[in-house]
Amino acid sequence: MIGKGILKGMMETARNLTGSFHDPERLTTVSYPEEKIPAKENARNFPFLVYDGDDWESGLRCVSCQICEKECPPQCIYIEKDTQKKADFLGKLQFQPKVFDIDVSVCMGCQICVEVCPFESIRMDRDFEYAKSDRFEGLLLHKEQLAKSNKYYHQIHPTEATETDAIREGKRQDHLAKERAKAEKLAQAKEAASKSQSKEPNKE
Amino acid sequence: MWFEDLLIQIKSVLVLNAPEGLRPILSAMLSATPILSAFGGLFAAVTLLERKMLGRIQNRYGPNRVGPFGIFQPVADGIKMLTKEDIVPKTADHSIHFLAPLLLLLTAMLGLSVIPYGEKLVAIRFEAGIVFFFAVGGAAELAVFMAGWASRNKYALLGSLRAIAQMVSYEIPLILSSVCVLMAAGTLSLDEVAKSQSGSMLSWYIMTPWGLMGCVLFLIATLAEVNRSPFDIPEAESELIAGHMTEYSGFKYAVFFLAEFVAMFAMCALTATLFLGGYHPPLPILAFIPGPFWLFAKLMVLVLLFIWIRGTMPRLRADQLMEFAWKFMLPMAVINLISTGCWIALGRGSLGWGLSALINLAAYGALSRWLSSRPNQQKRTYRFAEGPMHAA
Amino acid sequence: MNSAQATPSSDKAQAGPMFESKTSDQAPSLDGTERMEVSMGPHHPSTHGVFRMDVELEGETVVKLKPVFGYLHRNHEKIAEGTSYLGSMPYTDRLDYFNSMTNNWAYALSVEKLAGIEVPERAEYIRVITAELSRLQNHVCLIGFLVQDMGALGTPLMYAFRERERILDLFESLTGARMMCNYMRFGGCRCDVTPAWLRQAHQVTEAFPRFLDEFEALLSENEVLLSRSQGVGALGQDLAIAAGVTGPMLRATGVNYDLRKADAYGIYNRFNFRVPLGSHGDVFDRYMIRILEMRESIAILRQAIRDIPDGDYVHPKAKLRGFKPPMGEAYGRIEAPKGELGFYLISDGSPKPYRFKVRPPSFINLTILEDMCLGQTVADAVIILGSVDIVLGEVDR
Repeated sequence: MIGKGILKGMMETARNLTGSFHDPERLTTVSYPEEKIPAKENARNFPFLVYDGDDWESGLRCVSCQICEKECPPQCIYIEKDTQKKADFLGKLQFQPKVFDIDVSVCMGCQICVEVCPFESIRMDRDFEYAKSDRFEGLLLHKEQLAKSNKYYHQIHPTEATETDAIREGKRQDHLAKERAKAEKLAQAKEAASKSQSKEPNKE
Repeated sequence: MWFEDLLIQIKSVLVLNAPEGLRPILSAMLSATPILSAFGGLFAAVTLLERKMLGRIQNRYGPNRVGPFGIFQPVADGIKMLTKEDIVPKTADHSIHFLAPLLLLLTAMLGLSVIPYGEKLVAIRFEAGIVFFFAVGGAAELAVFMAGWASRNKYALLGSLRAIAQMVSYEIPLILSSVCVLMAAGTLSLDEVAKSQSGSMLSWYIMTPWGLMGCVLFLIATLAEVNRSPFDIPEAESELIAGHMTEYSGFKYAVFFLAEFVAMFAMCALTATLFLGGYHPPLPILAFIPGPFWLFAKLMVLVLLFIWIRGTMPRLRADQLMEFAWKFMLPMAVINLISTGCWIALGRGSLGWGLSALINLAAYGALSRWLSSRPNQQKRTYRFAEGPMHAA
Repeated sequence: MNSAQATPSSDKAQAGPMFESKTSDQAPSLDGTERMEVSMGPHHPSTHGVFRMDVELEGETVVKLKPVFGYLHRNHEKIAEGTSYLGSMPYTDRLDYFNSMTNNWAYALSVEKLAGIEVPERAEYIRVITAELSRLQNHVCLIGFLVQDMGALGTPLMYAFRERERILDLFESLTGARMMCNYMRFGGCRCDVTPAWLRQAHQVTEAFPRFLDEFEALLSENEVLLSRSQGVGALGQDLAIAAGVTGPMLRATGVNYDLRKADAYGIYNRFNFRVPLGSHGDVFDRYMIRILEMRESIAILRQAIRDIPDGDYVHPKAKLRGFKPPMGEAYGRIEAPKGELGFYLISDGSPKPYRFKVRPPSFINLTILEDMCLGQTVADAVIILGSVDIVLGEVDR
């Protein structure tokens, strides 16, 4: 019978018409600015720089090793090293970045900078409302816009941030152990030396 | 009744107080104004309703940004359309390009003048109202072709040529399927046709087998006549951008849109008058609600049906559309005339009812069997791969 | 030729100077009318992006069709030759932006072949799950677009997008991005799936057949859809094989060729699934093959989610930075939703590929567009293009 398939199709659209009023499975649309879909934990958009503590400038984890700058596929990261070294969380003296710019109009959010960063300092943000009236300067994010606290990191990616903290803690422990070993070694060497020169080294 | 009397009273007071020479013009204007404003308002409401309903069919909200639930969307659309730049292609025929939308609107609106909105509410009481309706409707083809031709655009031209082929072909089943009602009512006057269906729902012509078939055929032909999906081939947006409207922008585009909707309303109103009892309430008890309300209610039901169809169906191809017109619509309409004749000859009783139903069912069965045996209506079965792969 | 098509063929069409034919070498047809040349695209509602069809029409019948592409050329292959192996991975997402997972897989597979990296079992399972989910959403959206090209006002497309959203949600919670997943790595995947994610994937998979039934009720028996698609754009087996057509388009012609069976790359030989074959090679067969393939994909997904073992999600020795494959060449290919997607790589031992070549299925499937469209009407040309399943990002690269 001609028309049967059409009627069947029309029953289907009628079911969706009524379903869109009572079935949230069917009406999945969200009225965006008023309501938002809760962000997924893994969601990523553009990178940001993590800092520890409260002061973003001194707490910045980035040591301007420039690996991300090299690995970034669209090359949207620009780093300039500072001229003076500062102590990082392990107490090592490192260059902090003087300039750290990310052009988010070029960035494609691929997360490769995050994966290659050996210092856990660059991570992915999930803020996506970047609309600006100035597309060149407005979308070129500088160090001060990029720096976000570890607390914020914990807020947006709790699991990943906890893992990162564990890695950093591990690094610190390793470092301490190494320092201790080094100190012991040094002490032994000094002891051996003091036997011959009978002079006490300053211990820290 | 009180509502119609009130309107007539107002009009006669206004007309009688006017100077003698102005009376005919004033009278005509007073008849036209309410109709045009009612359908203009309906146009605004239906554009919103259509988008809302299509949205719901597609599991979306539809427009909901302008005002509560988006009810001011038509206003926003109107402002947008009016303030947009009116672009006319350099090589276009400017005067015809300008006249085409106006002519289309004119033909659509003229059809409204012969529709009976109530027992006493007819703008023009024509003896041959339905002939007038189809005659002015036929001029729409000219307007569409003018638009397509004057635009100097290949898509527009293709669209308008398709439109002419389609509208001319579908006028035949359209008119033939309305003839059955004229036979039963014995008149060409739409006013009389509506009067002949007074009483309850059961006296509407759609309650007879030939009336039902006629109504279905009439609605299908209407869809084609007003270029609505699945017969929106002239505008086929995935093939011809917007068909004959491709080179129109701003207010002229809005006029095209308006004309299309008014034509749809006019056809729906005609369908309601012919088959659904016109301004008569479904039950005599409900007669206290004025007639225009019932007519508009029936019209809206048909419009909703059109929107529903639009939300469901893909579009036919131009040649398939013709095929459908000549191989299904036309024979079916002619057979429907025979079945109407049987119904009338057998005294309009249950015997005629049965025979009419039998004829229509048999004809429908045979035609649909024939059509579904065509090579492009096959039910296919699929096999799954066995044995070795094709060598890479 | 029937009456309808003859009606619009017109002397009037050629009256104005604008409609004078641009090509002078063609002979006028028998009834003295001239052909009309229409340039459909690059911005035309049916071209799925920026693609142009130079069509010559006899009335409404297509007598010549020239596909013109390259509007979206982004230099993908050359860019890849200038960056590290890892750096090309996010660019492969953007080839066929509907199926970043399968693109990633094909690229990872060829690099793994090149460098001889092994992939842990769990990673293989994850790859199968994500690839089959990609296939589901690609096919369902393709059908939505196809029916929209037929003029269905987006209703099936919206239903398709509604279901696709559930799959994209899965991708987002796994990889962080909905479309540009950048998920596969050489030797595995970037991160592990959680049991909660697997549960969710299971739910989506189990809910999908019901949606497919609804989708089919809406479309598969619709007389309008049948008459628009049956017998339209038929493609013969010999031509399809000669032109190198792959994927559902090839299987719709009845050729039994599916890389998941033929190559059994990854761990596809562990799953029990069938390969549906058409017999007419027309638009309806392509539609139906995709519906049936989705049902098979669901079967694969069920098995994969049930059987996924514990273990590493990436080879422990896989390197991210300073990855240098040995000198040599490799061609890795997979059955992407659109057909055979292959990456051909030559390494000179440096961290950048010496040669990087993509074999994009939609580009090669598109090359026979004219053969399918000749003698059909404009309206058919549009849906034939729709049934090829192209993504211009992949065609133009």
